[in-house]
Amino acid sequence: MTDQALSAGQQALAERKQRIRAGLGRRHMTENLFRFFGIAAIVAALGFVAILFIDVLSKGIPAFVQTNLRLEVTFDPEVLDIEPAPALQEGQSQADYRAARLAWERQVAMLNWNRIIEEALRRAAPAGFEIDSRQILSIPETDARHVVRALFVANPDLLGQTVPVDLVASANTDNWVKGSINRDLGDTQQQLSAPARALIDHFETEGVITSGFAWGLFTNVDSRSAPASAGLAGAFMGSFYMMLIVIVLAVPIGVGSAIYLEEFAPKSRFTDLIEVNINNLAAVPSIVFGLLGAAVFINYFKLPLSAPLAGGLVLTLMTLPTIIIATRAALQGVSPSLRQAALGMGASKTQMVFHHVLPVTFPSILTATIIGVAQAIGETAPLLLIGMNAFVASVPATPLDQATALPVQIYLWQANENRNFFEARTSAAIIVLLAFMITLNAIAIFLRSRLERRA
Amino acid sequence: MKTALLTGVAVLALGTGAAFAQSRDTIQIAGSSTVLPFASIVAEEFGATFPEFNTPVVGSGGTGGGFSQFCQGVGESTIDIANASRPMRDGEREACNAAGVNDIREVQFGFDGIVFAVSADKPDFALTPVHVFKAIAAQVPVDGELVANPYTTWNEVDPALPEQPIALAIPGSNHGTREVFEERVTSAGCEESGLPEGLSDDEIDAVCTTFRQDVVVEIAGDYTETLARLQSNPDTVGVFGLSFYDQNRDTLKVATVDGVTPSLETIASGEYPVSRPLFFYVKGEHIGTIPGIEEYVQFFLSEGVSGAGGILEAAGLIPQPAERTAEVVAAFEAGSAN
Repeated sequence: MTDQALSAGQQALAERKQRIRAGLGRRHMTENLFRFFGIAAIVAALGFVAILFIDVLSKGIPAFVQTNLRLEVTFDPEVLDIEPAPALQEGQSQADYRAARLAWERQVAMLNWNRIIEEALRRAAPAGFEIDSRQILSIPETDARHVVRALFVANPDLLGQTVPVDLVASANTDNWVKGSINRDLGDTQQQLSAPARALIDHFETEGVITSGFAWGLFTNVDSRSAPASAGLAGAFMGSFYMMLIVIVLAVPIGVGSAIYLEEFAPKSRFTDLIEVNINNLAAVPSIVFGLLGAAVFINYFKLPLSAPLAGGLVLTLMTLPTIIIATRAALQGVSPSLRQAALGMGASKTQMVFHHVLPVTFPSILTATIIGVAQAIGETAPLLLIGMNAFVASVPATPLDQATALPVQIYLWQANENRNFFEARTSAAIIVLLAFMITLNAIAIFLRSRLERRA
Repeated sequence: MKTALLTGVAVLALGTGAAFAQSRDTIQIAGSSTVLPFASIVAEEFGATFPEFNTPVVGSGGTGGGFSQFCQGVGESTIDIANASRPMRDGEREACNAAGVNDIREVQFGFDGIVFAVSADKPDFALTPVHVFKAIAAQVPVDGELVANPYTTWNEVDPALPEQPIALAIPGSNHGTREVFEERVTSAGCEESGLPEGLSDDEIDAVCTTFRQDVVVEIAGDYTETLARLQSNPDTVGVFGLSFYDQNRDTLKVATVDGVTPSLETIASGEYPVSRPLFFYVKGEHIGTIPGIEEYVQFFLSEGVSGAGGILEAAGLIPQPAERTAEVVAAFEAGSAN
């Protein structure tokens, strides 16, 4: 080795360093650019989520507060001209008593309950206040008469008494009090007449009209005749039944088929075909499942229209591929040494799968299930095709009764003609649905972390 | 865990089995979205008034969609009542009969007005059917000859109208409202517009019902979609039901037609030209099988519900004369005597 050779080597090294240095700026820039784009993408995505949440929350939160009316209601015997409620007489059969009671209840329903409400309102108004009965009755919600009647049916002794009753103010009153409708608009553009608006303002200062938390949003069913009393109870139960059906059907079938396909089925062209089909099924738009459900469950099996049972079955079909794919991925992730060890100790294949492999995959299967179910709960399109977008004013007692679901309720309220009132209600329903979803996802995360710690 | 799952599956299987045995005891209704608000109110009040019956379930899907469900056949998985904003067509009746639905009872219960409205901050519109036809038809007569529609703003159609680009949101063909719109507005305007002589009926029909797709938006959904369209393009004139306009007077301004402002009074008297009767159709085969159908019909047509001053009038329905209602009730009951 000579000095010359060394210097030549040094020179080459220096040149290489030079080249690297020259390219360094560009490489740094590429790296920074990529980081910048990454951050920009995340900021943009978060920004949209923030806009969505701010929009929904700002619109929806006012709907959780409701305008109430507290009136002294007199059960005036002159207006309520009715015989006392039938009592169970000796020797009378239960059926006869029930028939007599129903006939009495129907007579009670025919009484002029609006008159009772109107008188209560007039007593609360300043003396000599001029307002006609249609205008004054636009202040409370139209179901006020049913509320007062129900009190009377439950306790017929109220006849002749005066009791304080909490009523819900009408949607238009609520709009006026909250300012959802522009208060400066002229008479022709207002929903409420001028005297009604003046009386509402008077009631507000007198404390007859108060605001409170809208429990009705959770405890009431949907309503068209009394929009301010419309609630989510029916839709919530509908969604709950569908969720149960999806869990009971999709989880065992999905996990079972995944185990069979992954652990037992011979690898052949046929199982390959099945695998491709399952993957394709996961990508099928949900509306197609709705069409399938309408054709199979409603038209062929004659399941009742609008029933959570039919809805749950459709959603089960939709969720199955998700669960099968996730379970198979989880099973593939289990190290072969576990299987070989179990088999080596003399376990049968079934024992190996159920005692050793499956427990390890529980956290992933559970997460997949809850995410699949959450997705199904938020699904609207297939439900529209099996009649679940109907107006249902009762809480379904069984999965066979007609019901709606939370996302469908959002869709229905969105289309309601009282925009000023239902814009807030719609957003409130969205908040409830989102809270439900977030709870489900939180449960998934919690269970997974607990099970993983144990495993 | 395993037993719990098995029990769950067993319970569900039993439940499914019970579905076939158990008979439906809730009236099932579907159809026109114009009738939906009225029918839903009646359903609720019916449930509240008759403690022995369940509250009927009311679906939508448009008049055509309602008829196709109605005509699927007889049995508990088919609907009992179809709401409609136009009478049933002969073709639909044939489809019904072919599926075994023969006892179809028509019930007319009131009227609905169709109004043109713009955003509240826009100038007033005083429309006539001819204006609307000239604004949206693909071909219009100019100097006795049919030419491709040259108008871009309303004041070109008629100098009395505001200077505003032509844009009209009309109901899609799945809505019964569309038929009334074509019959009462565009076809009426078409005839008055001075079509050239010597056209055959088919040609006239084609001219009267072919619209310019660049200025006409067909709304397949409900009126909230039309309202959203007005908000996104403030120049749009929208077609609404009277009751929808009435509930949104703060953001909408109504146009007069032939100089008449639509209202309960002008529509009931027939002064306002664009109105139509509303119907529901009852499946006679289901009376007696599904409890409460007859009571529902009687309740719907009672004075306090669909009569003058009734709860539906407050919701925007235009009541029909009491004599007409009496005829309808008599016809319905005569049907049930057979």
